[in-house]
Amino acid sequence: MSKLTPTPGQTVGPFYGYALPFTKDNELLAPGTPGSIRLQGTVYDGAGHPIPDAILEIWQPDAEGNVVQRTGSLVRDGYTFTGWGRSAVGNTGIFTFTTVNPGPTSEGSAPFISVAVFARGLMNRLFTRIYLPENEEALANDPLLGSLPEERRKTLIARRDPDGGLSWDLRLQGPDETVFLDFQGTATGTGAYR
Amino acid sequence: MTIDAHGTHRADSSDARLAGQDGAVPDADWQDENDELVPHAEAHAAHVLDAAAESQLDISAEIAAIGEAYRRELDGGAAPETQPRLDFAPYRSSLLRHPTKSLHHADPETIELYSPAFGHQDVHALEADLTIQHNGEPLGERIIVAGKVLDGDGRPVAGQLVEIWQANAAGRYVHKRDQHPAPLDPNFTGVGRCITGPDGSYRFTTIKPGAYPWKNHLNAWRPAHIHFSLFGTDFTQRIVTQMYFPGDQLFPLDPIYQSIVDQDARDRLVASYDHELTSPEWALGYTWDIILTGSKRTWTENEAYGDAGDDEE
Repeated sequence: MSKLTPTPGQTVGPFYGYALPFTKDNELLAPGTPGSIRLQGTVYDGAGHPIPDAILEIWQPDAEGNVVQRTGSLVRDGYTFTGWGRSAVGNTGIFTFTTVNPGPTSEGSAPFISVAVFARGLMNRLFTRIYLPENEEALANDPLLGSLPEERRKTLIARRDPDGGLSWDLRLQGPDETVFLDFQGTATGTGAYR
Repeated sequence: MTIDAHGTHRADSSDARLAGQDGAVPDADWQDENDELVPHAEAHAAHVLDAAAESQLDISAEIAAIGEAYRRELDGGAAPETQPRLDFAPYRSSLLRHPTKSLHHADPETIELYSPAFGHQDVHALEADLTIQHNGEPLGERIIVAGKVLDGDGRPVAGQLVEIWQANAAGRYVHKRDQHPAPLDPNFTGVGRCITGPDGSYRFTTIKPGAYPWKNHLNAWRPAHIHFSLFGTDFTQRIVTQMYFPGDQLFPLDPIYQSIVDQDARDRLVASYDHELTSPEWALGYTWDIILTGSKRTWTENEAYGDAGDDEE
């Protein structure tokens, strides 16, 4: 149980572009590496328009389901999989990562990629997950997915592309609004996220 | 979502005339070059169309009404809010960018209970001094900003990445979309990084940033601030925020600062002037500690002593 009150977040603003991105930030593996896949999608606002000033981070286990604790994300050597990457969207709201399919962290669990999203106009970062579309049984048994109605559940499951990559769009608002996660429960006060 | 719950939202044609504007939507090219303007994606939202003509009085009245409603809730026994509201209409860009459904409670699992590891392979020690990145000294008031990153239980967050970015002393960012006609400083980029020490400490040397105008409404100015990006021991503790300077006269006017409706919570973003930190004949010192949400992971003894995340493997 927390004893100290957390510092509030604030919007990332419009000017992160010369600060947060770095060389190969979205390449968790060098493109073309055996086993590497492309993860891509578009960030949309409540009017269904792409957001040109959002930045995403992904954090995931490796292909065997191990949580990696290796340094080197900011200065990539092209060989070490650190599990973390960052991608600012382009003018059309599209983000791209080169990564691997995450493995299940325990037998039978549904593999997923953890996501944090930041944007101008978004007051505080939001968390969500990207599940792999395969293994229906694992998806059916996943505690988070199981707690969601079908039309919301699907916002967390990626589509498999013909080239083996993953496509997954993020919608900050609207009828197909992505499910965003609150990990703190009521500890931060029920009114904190209205 | 309403802008106008308290009847404070109104078109003020006199303000528009004063500004030499007619309330029309600026042309698309101009918008593309001015990031803090109404972005083109939002120009389709009718309530944003006249944003350029809205005055500080309009925005301040909306902020005041939200603040009043919050105080009534507090008086009624509601728990104090600790985070910004995602739905905060006075910041116009939030209108189409906040979820309207409740965040879904989830117990963090596996990967979410860990953070990526950063170390001195990732960040050079000199990156913490923003005043030595070019050939000459940057203009402005040299400052030291230092403090600790702690989790909700008061444990230091050791060996973790801290990133900052900021405007220069004149209030201008080195960003192609910042069109504020204030001078760029060839000796100042305004980007820094460091890795926290075993006690969770961080320390930057930089220049005090200037306030700058933005396009949320007519005569909108951001209080001077430094953007901070922080990692904890769990990915669920990830946070990006802004540090402000004490006594800024722009606080009551700024919809971003005011999106945190609780004064105690706002105060947690304001650094303290610290004469003990001030370096004689060199730089003024500001102290700011950052508290992340509580770690949900069961800690090992080594982590508790601050070995997590360093690059000794």
